[in-house]
Amino acid sequence: MWHALKTVLWAIPKGLSITFRYLFRKPVTEQYPRTRPKFEDRYRGLHYLTRYEDGSERCVCCGLCAAACPVDCIYMEPAETPDGIRYAKIYEINTLRCIYCGFCEEACPEEAVFLGHEFEFSSYERDDFIYTKEMLLGNYDKIEKDRVAKNIKPLFRKERQQFKVPAEPLDH
Amino acid sequence: MFADILIMVLKVTVIFAGLMVAVAYATYMERKVVAHIQHRIGPNVAGPFGLLQPIADAVKLLFKETFPPGMVNKFLFIIAPIIAFVTACMSIAVIPVGDLVSIGGRQVELIISDLNIGILYIFAVTSLGVYGVVLAGWSSNSKYSLLGGLRSTAQMISYEVSIGLGIVGVLLLSQTFSISEIVRQQSGSIFNWYFFKQPIAFFVYFISAIAETNRNPFDLPEAESELVAGYHTEYSGMRFGIFFLGEYANMIMVSAIASSLFFGGWNGPFLPPVLWFVIKVVIFMFIYIWIRGTLPRLRYDQLMRFGWLILFPLGIVNVIVSALIVAL
Repeated sequence: MWHALKTVLWAIPKGLSITFRYLFRKPVTEQYPRTRPKFEDRYRGLHYLTRYEDGSERCVCCGLCAAACPVDCIYMEPAETPDGIRYAKIYEINTLRCIYCGFCEEACPEEAVFLGHEFEFSSYERDDFIYTKEMLLGNYDKIEKDRVAKNIKPLFRKERQQFKVPAEPLDH
Repeated sequence: MFADILIMVLKVTVIFAGLMVAVAYATYMERKVVAHIQHRIGPNVAGPFGLLQPIADAVKLLFKETFPPGMVNKFLFIIAPIIAFVTACMSIAVIPVGDLVSIGGRQVELIISDLNIGILYIFAVTSLGVYGVVLAGWSSNSKYSLLGGLRSTAQMISYEVSIGLGIVGVLLLSQTFSISEIVRQQSGSIFNWYFFKQPIAFFVYFISAIAETNRNPFDLPEAESELVAGYHTEYSGMRFGIFFLGEYANMIMVSAIASSLFFGGWNGPFLPPVLWFVIKVVIFMFIYIWIRGTLPRLRYDQLMRFGWLILFPLGIVNVIVSALIVAL
């Protein structure tokens, strides 16, 4: 009896006051297709392959990203230009297999591969989710255009990495 | 003579249409308020602020197939929602929605039928409402429906006693069964409201009324987690919709009776009487929804114990004490 009285006189009014206060709080609902969700800079979405300012690719096909990838979703085949610059002949990311861990961008010594903010890619064909080098570079071009338009500072260094050529061959 | 009939038809039409609009927007209000209690937005796509949502729902229900499952008793299955809906709407006839108004030199009372036994009429009609639920549960020939119907019957019958005891508290003071007379007795000042003379009677009435209309926290007849949907499990389309209309009409009736008997009905300063009546009903509907958004469902034995061992004795004590006070 005492318990019931305590419920009626104390617990129920307390519960009602809590719900009444909550009634006037701002709803947490995101109206997704109508309003865009906000991303942190470190959000990991669809990948892109960056370029130097002159438009040449940064990727040198070292294979470190493929080695770091825990699900083996990156496939690449190297090639060389006639003047001896290494580049990726084939660079493919299977985005269905990818777990968006971001190890590839951590592994990349050339700051070539990054994970962007794009997340709404869909298709009826599974093949469409294998992103080739051209598609990944295209992603970068889109992002770069947006970056220039919004006047945001670039994420990575501009200049090509200069390696010191040893003065004389090392003695082994 | 002709003018009398015309005014009568007009009153019936306007009040019934008003009830239907109120029912439609009660569903909207319920969805919005519960959504905001839960930090959601609620319906906001159909029309500005989702205001056309009830219309969209009605259109959807009307176009859906009303499919009677093979095992049901067809006649009772079809007639059950009609009983539930009609009995829910019938009691609006004795609710005074406003003061006297003069139309074309005539004094017209804003009440469909000013019965001198209005409260007894309401009791009679709402008791018939149980038949809709029982027949729906029985004719569906499904275990969930049957269990829901049985629970609902037991619950509505036991809490009807407490509703009666709550109202008797007011009747002892008012010395009349006519609702418009009771409302008129409460005019003048806010302290003439019977709520201040009979607060216990009001709480007994309102809690039992929540149970009577099968609402949270007494919504055992349609407890989703145990009984799918209770007595309307097998219903679909507009027949299901009619059950819902009946339930909301019942809620509005309970709110209207509560505001008429305890909170002065259409009495109020400055604003027109009809508006005061609407405001009071809306506040009661809000309390209904507020309670729904707060309290969890009772267990069946708790429900019965609460009804018979707490509400019922409380009502009886209240009646005896107020009878003594009136007699002395």
